Amino acid sequence: MIEMSNVYKKYSNGITAINGLDVRIEQGEFVYVVGPSGAGKSTFIKMIYREEVPTKGTVKVGEFDLVNLKPKKIPFLRRHVGVVFQDFKLLPRLTVYENVAYAMQVLEKNPKQIQKRVLEVLDLVGLKHKVRMFPNELSGGEQQRIAIARAIANMPRVLIADEPTGNLDPETAWGIMDLLEEINNQGTTIIMATHNSEIVNRVRHRVLAVENGRIARDQEEGEYGYEV
Amino acid sequence: MKFRTVKRHIAESFRSIIRNGWMTLAAISAVAVTLLLVGSFIALLMNVNKLASDIENDVSIRVHVDLAAEEADREALQESLEGLENVESVEFSSREEELDNVIGSYGDAFGLFDGDNNPLYDVFVVNTTTPEQTAEVAQQAETLDYVAEVNYGGSDADRLFKVMGTVRNVGVVIIVALVFTAVFLIANTIRITIFSRRTEIEIMKLVGATNWFIRWPFLIEGALIGLIGALIPVSIISYVYLRGFDTIMNYLSGTYFALLPPNPFLILLVAALLSIGVIIGSLGSAMSIRKFLKV
Repeated sequence: MIEMSNVYKKYSNGITAINGLDVRIEQGEFVYVVGPSGAGKSTFIKMIYREEVPTKGTVKVGEFDLVNLKPKKIPFLRRHVGVVFQDFKLLPRLTVYENVAYAMQVLEKNPKQIQKRVLEVLDLVGLKHKVRMFPNELSGGEQQRIAIARAIANMPRVLIADEPTGNLDPETAWGIMDLLEEINNQGTTIIMATHNSEIVNRVRHRVLAVENGRIARDQEEGEYGYEV
Repeated sequence: MKFRTVKRHIAESFRSIIRNGWMTLAAISAVAVTLLLVGSFIALLMNVNKLASDIENDVSIRVHVDLAAEEADREALQESLEGLENVESVEFSSREEELDNVIGSYGDAFGLFDGDNNPLYDVFVVNTTTPEQTAEVAQQAETLDYVAEVNYGGSDADRLFKVMGTVRNVGVVIIVALVFTAVFLIANTIRITIFSRRTEIEIMKLVGATNWFIRWPFLIEGALIGLIGALIPVSIISYVYLRGFDTIMNYLSGTYFALLPPNPFLILLVAALLSIGVIIGSLGSAMSIRKFLKV
């Protein structure tokens, strides 16, 4: 499903973020990406939804060859890859409903279908009753749920979560984890970069440890493995 | 693109204009002020130009034919005048026609001079190929037989031609400079309004919007801002021009001078200002978001 082989990424400022990385992630897996700051985690994640392009090597997501992907085709890749960020990245001027609907309007779906699906995903994240509110009227955990609802509205095959619990208190973080588990159970691949050792150690999944731009450890049901 | 997407883009751009109230207002004011300047200068300079041409064209050499001249002499004179270098046309105007002109301009009182009382001369009206050659041709005409008198503006006319040439060139330079300033100012203001929304564009790209899906609402919004911004100076200029035209034309009645009539001048000016507004508005926003689309 996601395949990277012999990937290098050197930024124009001379920093080599990814240094000969190989990995393969199958459809439906739940993968934690851990590792110290500056080890290449973010770059690794960004290469999956093509915010960054490797300098060398191949990256494949489904049928998309990301290295040779024309800029014009990027939007079509992103419709298969939902992304959730630490800082939520909701559109501040749109209501909860509009934020989620936006991801579907982009695909020119018909309004009936959009309405049905938006309410469906908002129900899934437990915020159906807040459709008319604006992001700044919600708590951090609620905003992250909206961001997740938006990311899965188009039923992507992959959901990337870049430190989704980074800004949340522990209790809220567990709520987000439950939600991601549920989405994973429906068959969506989840790739989650995190610094939260408690989550990684308690909800066991495959762990990819990125260090010095490589996969230093690839362990099924692995531990977080770093001192907190 | 599906029809409902078109509808969505239009609705979205209107919503954005309202939600970004102050930014929209700033952009519209910038467009309005610059186009008011550009439009007023164009109207002013084009009319100065028009008056200049009127004055220049008004300068023709009037060769008065000696009363002693027989018809054959007169025809010979016409031939010699036509034979002079740089002469474009020679028109004969008999003393009766001259009197009719005077009566037409100054009133029936001059009707008293009808028939044998007519004090005027037969006249050849000589036009030169370019106004600058007037003096030279006039001098040559004076030396011909049966010429009683040669009239033209003299050194005043010469000076006038020079001044008019300068005015014209300066005018063109000012208009071009103003249009450039307008383009720059409007594009820049729109860029600032869009800069404040770059995260929005980034998010749109991340959820899989194509560049054109993002671009359309901005394009329409820019065009609307340009249009609304242009409508303000267009109304002001139209009102002032129409009022001013009537007033000034009253003063100018009976002279050779006239302002450019509102139809077609004002209509063309309005069309030009509106298109400048719309085109710069939409192009300005299209160009401004280009940088942010590369996510």
